[in-house]
Amino acid sequence: MPYLVDRKPLTLSERLYLPQILAGMRITMRHFFAPNVTMEYPEQRPAIPANYRGVPTLVKDPHGREKCVSCQLCEFVCPPKAIRITPGAVPADQPDRAHVEKAPKEFEIDMLRCIYCGLCQEVCPEEAIFLQNQYSLSGYTRAEMVNNKERLYELGGTLPDQHLKWDKKKAAAEVRGKAAH
Amino acid sequence: MNAVIQLWESLHPLLQMVIKGLCVIGVLFPIGGACSLIERKVSAAMQGRPGPNRAMPIWFAWVPVLGPFLQRVGVFHLMADGLKMFLKEDPLPGHVNKVYFMLAPVLAMIPALTTITVVPFGAYLDAAGHLVPLGLANVDVGILAVFAVGSLSVYSLIIAGWSSNSKYPFLGGVRASAQLISYELSMTLSVLPVFLWVNAPGGEGTLSLFSVVQAQSGSWLSWDGAWFIFYMPVSAVIFLVALFAETNRLPFDMAEGEADLVGGFHTEYGAMKWGLFFVAEYANMMIGSGVFILLFLGGWNPLPWVPLADVATWLHLTDQPIWLGLLSIVIFVGKVAGFIFLFMVVRWTVPRFRYDQIMKLGWQKLLPLAIGNLLFYAIVIAWLQPKI
Repeated sequence: MPYLVDRKPLTLSERLYLPQILAGMRITMRHFFAPNVTMEYPEQRPAIPANYRGVPTLVKDPHGREKCVSCQLCEFVCPPKAIRITPGAVPADQPDRAHVEKAPKEFEIDMLRCIYCGLCQEVCPEEAIFLQNQYSLSGYTRAEMVNNKERLYELGGTLPDQHLKWDKKKAAAEVRGKAAH
Repeated sequence: MNAVIQLWESLHPLLQMVIKGLCVIGVLFPIGGACSLIERKVSAAMQGRPGPNRAMPIWFAWVPVLGPFLQRVGVFHLMADGLKMFLKEDPLPGHVNKVYFMLAPVLAMIPALTTITVVPFGAYLDAAGHLVPLGLANVDVGILAVFAVGSLSVYSLIIAGWSSNSKYPFLGGVRASAQLISYELSMTLSVLPVFLWVNAPGGEGTLSLFSVVQAQSGSWLSWDGAWFIFYMPVSAVIFLVALFAETNRLPFDMAEGEADLVGGFHTEYGAMKWGLFFVAEYANMMIGSGVFILLFLGGWNPLPWVPLADVATWLHLTDQPIWLGLLSIVIFVGKVAGFIFLFMVVRWTVPRFRYDQIMKLGWQKLLPLAIGNLLFYAIVIAWLQPKI
């Protein structure tokens, strides 16, 4: 709503200008002695707030198992087409994941293309891909800037998981199997 | 020590003057450069940042304590900047008027380094107990020489702006010339009361800056112990404002005008030619504040009513001309440093004026004020001085 601003006539000290400059210089001097607000970056790092959207990473479940089932939803949703997945079978040396249909043979995120939008995290049905705290990323070559599967797991680490979806499925399947017999 | 003094006195007077001159220039020039670092650091502190604190030669990191300290202070940034200015390509654009383009930065340095000759920067007591000024030349024209030579600095700005042969430098040069000429008037008028007071009727007439300081060197609670800033505050304020305008410092940086003229008169300049303008600007600032201190702030006297001669007696330095001279230089340079700091505080306090505001302030406010001030003090001094 429009309203009238009361424009007061300048007082004598304001019209003389110099007292006002002195008052301003007092403020400047206060800032001169005040502590610096700058963070000296490489030595000091900022505290990363919760839900920060940093570099996308792949995470493992609390039992150290791979979560990604290479459904490729993230690959499809990725706006700049930064994700490239080569689907493959679950390796034979992982018996506790034998009931999972697929696993990524290779998983690459091109960080030169990634726009940190977080759609991959949002779309992932397995909660396997997360944008985490890592925000500083650099390299000397283009190839270095492509995170492969190994690197993605290294960056991602392990995150807590309330669902353990495939364990439940397995248990349910076992119950059903027993009932069928 | 005595052998050195004897050797010095055996030199030809001309050679002595040349050595003295080179010494002063050798001090003034690097300080002018150092001021740019100090300005960066002080500006940073006022804006809540640490300022330049990274550059360091790699081997220097091994020096304990001192190495990190000098790095924090940013000393190596100054060296890197200086080295960069000397080594980088010195561009000479094709469209400029080459002779004048090359001449302008040199012309900027000439008044800056010439005015220093008549500015005394210290004093010592000779064998007879008289105060002798330390300076390149204690000439009677003193302040007149400062104004006469100092005002030549406008030529460098005009020539730089004009010979650059492009629009922004041209505008910067035009503005600079108008501004400097406008404020010169009030500046000159504002110091006249000081000299009216110093040149009492019947005495020996002089315009030397040394005699002005002598007139502020009275002992405890005597008339001439107080500095002129107490007697003539209006003169001091006018001189100060005009000084800011003359040195092209904010809020009067019309000649440069980063915000609206890219770089003003030095837009087309680079490398050391550009650097010379800046060293000249800082040298002008230092000499300008030196003159202000001599005129209104008691020169090398440490405090009002505490003249240098008294300090010398307390410290038993009356027969130690070298130490007393150094002490007086330290006091004087300390005051100049404080003044440079004031320049920086004002820079980050007052937003720059519009061009018409500058002209209005110069011609419609300061000039009448300076004339009125002069008339007032002329009458007061004529009435008061015979009674003291």
